[in-house]
Amino acid sequence: MIVRVGPYSVRLAPRALLVGLALVLVACAVTVAALSTGEFTVPVPDIVTALFGQGTPVAELIVSKLRAPRVVTGLLVGAAFGLSGAIFQSLTRNPLGSPDFIGFTAGASTGGIMAVVAGGSAATIAGGAMAGCVITAALVYGLAFRGGVQGYRLVLVGIGANALLLAVNSYLLTRANVNDAATAGAWLTGSLSGRGWDHAIPVALALAVLVPVCLRLARPMRMIEMGDDAAKAMGIRVEPVRAAAIAAGVLLSGVATAAAGPVVFVALAAPQLARRLTRSPGVTMGASALMGAVLLTGADLAAQRLLAPTQLPVGVLTAAVGGTYLALLLRKDRH
Amino acid sequence: MPDVRLSGTGLTLAYDQRVVATDLSVAIPDESFTVIIGPNACGKSTLLRALARMLKPKTGAVHLDGSVITSLPSKEVARRLGLLPQTSIVPDGITVADLVARGRYPHQRLMRQWSRADEAAVAEAMRSTDVAELADRIVDELSGGQRQRVWLAMALAQETPILLLDEPTTFLDISHQIEVLDLCADLHEAGRTMVAVLHDLNQACRYATHLIVMRAGKIVAEGDPTEIVTPDLVHEVFDLRCEIIPDPQSGTPLIVPESRRRVSPATA
Repeated sequence: MIVRVGPYSVRLAPRALLVGLALVLVACAVTVAALSTGEFTVPVPDIVTALFGQGTPVAELIVSKLRAPRVVTGLLVGAAFGLSGAIFQSLTRNPLGSPDFIGFTAGASTGGIMAVVAGGSAATIAGGAMAGCVITAALVYGLAFRGGVQGYRLVLVGIGANALLLAVNSYLLTRANVNDAATAGAWLTGSLSGRGWDHAIPVALALAVLVPVCLRLARPMRMIEMGDDAAKAMGIRVEPVRAAAIAAGVLLSGVATAAAGPVVFVALAAPQLARRLTRSPGVTMGASALMGAVLLTGADLAAQRLLAPTQLPVGVLTAAVGGTYLALLLRKDRH
Repeated sequence: MPDVRLSGTGLTLAYDQRVVATDLSVAIPDESFTVIIGPNACGKSTLLRALARMLKPKTGAVHLDGSVITSLPSKEVARRLGLLPQTSIVPDGITVADLVARGRYPHQRLMRQWSRADEAAVAEAMRSTDVAELADRIVDELSGGQRQRVWLAMALAQETPILLLDEPTTFLDISHQIEVLDLCADLHEAGRTMVAVLHDLNQACRYATHLIVMRAGKIVAEGDPTEIVTPDLVHEVFDLRCEIIPDPQSGTPLIVPESRRRVSPATA
């Protein structure tokens, strides 16, 4: 589908637009459900009044102070993981090229645990996670660099770094005192519980800057998926595009991990599901972000309600669902 | 001397530390069908990659229309010079029409993604490569010959006056090789400058208007194949004794190799 206005023209895929719209609707439904249900049910009409400060004090406390920041953080973190996964899967031309597999998330965890052990506040833990992610990415990129970075080298070096960092994380946990280890352990599972606006805002700012960057990079990245030579022949400056994409992907996974801990499998599954739904070849940035938001908030809602009153950290659920999904993916690719 | 738009002077070509060629100079005659040929590892693909700015020469420079190629904006070069790489990766689930349309990238901008010129160029590229009826098929499901025509269509949609092809017939069976080469000859006739790296000397002689023969990083001979291809040249370049007869189809040189074993019934 082509829209032309004067000298301007834009290509739109109707199916991708429909999928995007459907994902937005699902995200809205999950958001309403998350704001409304729980131990204290807030009827849907009361949610709106509570959000605008016109509701009962109890409803206001529960909706605006407790549930809204959690669900907003979930939406933003999910979108960030989804985008980051889309970037790295496109760069490595491999679903296993997700930040959870190539060490970036593990590096963020190392930074986070170190901050916990050092007795840091929530802000320090977030900073530690961000720093851990960026440092790991720089090391992996540096080690994989050989006059340019090939996707498979990034995956191989990343998997090595991942294994090493997981070992470091285990070691740090054994050396920490019991309380710190418990705090770090809870953070490591990935959780949205107790998230406030101070968690949501950094992710929102990062997305505000990086989403336009990613949308701009999507077209050249699609060309690079055909191989470096093919992309260069089309006039794409491959290394600068790749470096910008890696920087955006690292910042997104870093800021997401800093807010919610290393929630696994969202970055892996969201782009894959988005691609299958939109049936578009290559990376689908917008749909991956929306799918990530839906997956994470949906999983968090399920984690809170399935075994209520027991509250599961969302990372447990995404790991269980994601692990199953990965097995199915590999089974399908085996033929 | 015909005009030259694309040339390289004093090129030292190397991958990391491995030097493939030193002090290599080459000029591609405009509107020629130039074929580069030589034994394995003689540097023919490396030279083509350097001409296509895929490989940065250690010394020397490649010139396009009088400017050093790396000094021109990359998208600008892509509107004048196209390359069909030896191997490209087919994106999962892409249709023929979508893949060919990607050839329009150098002509597009963020806010001009699909002009009427794009549409016309893609239709023409698919028509001349005979893939129009495959437009809605998934590229992964095509045969090797069909797929190569689709890649060629993508390079054609780029609408560059110069088109470089890196071993376009490798991995194809003989009928598809001829099909692709005939297509290249048609494109040359329509006014494009074509430069191809080929393996088969007989095919090179039949299709080239200008032949560049390489050995060990040096150009040993260049010119009209009928004038330069002799038994001595073939021996010097390929270490092969042969007879040369006129190709019964085209009259161009046809190489008949001598075998170490004398198998002809006359001498048996």
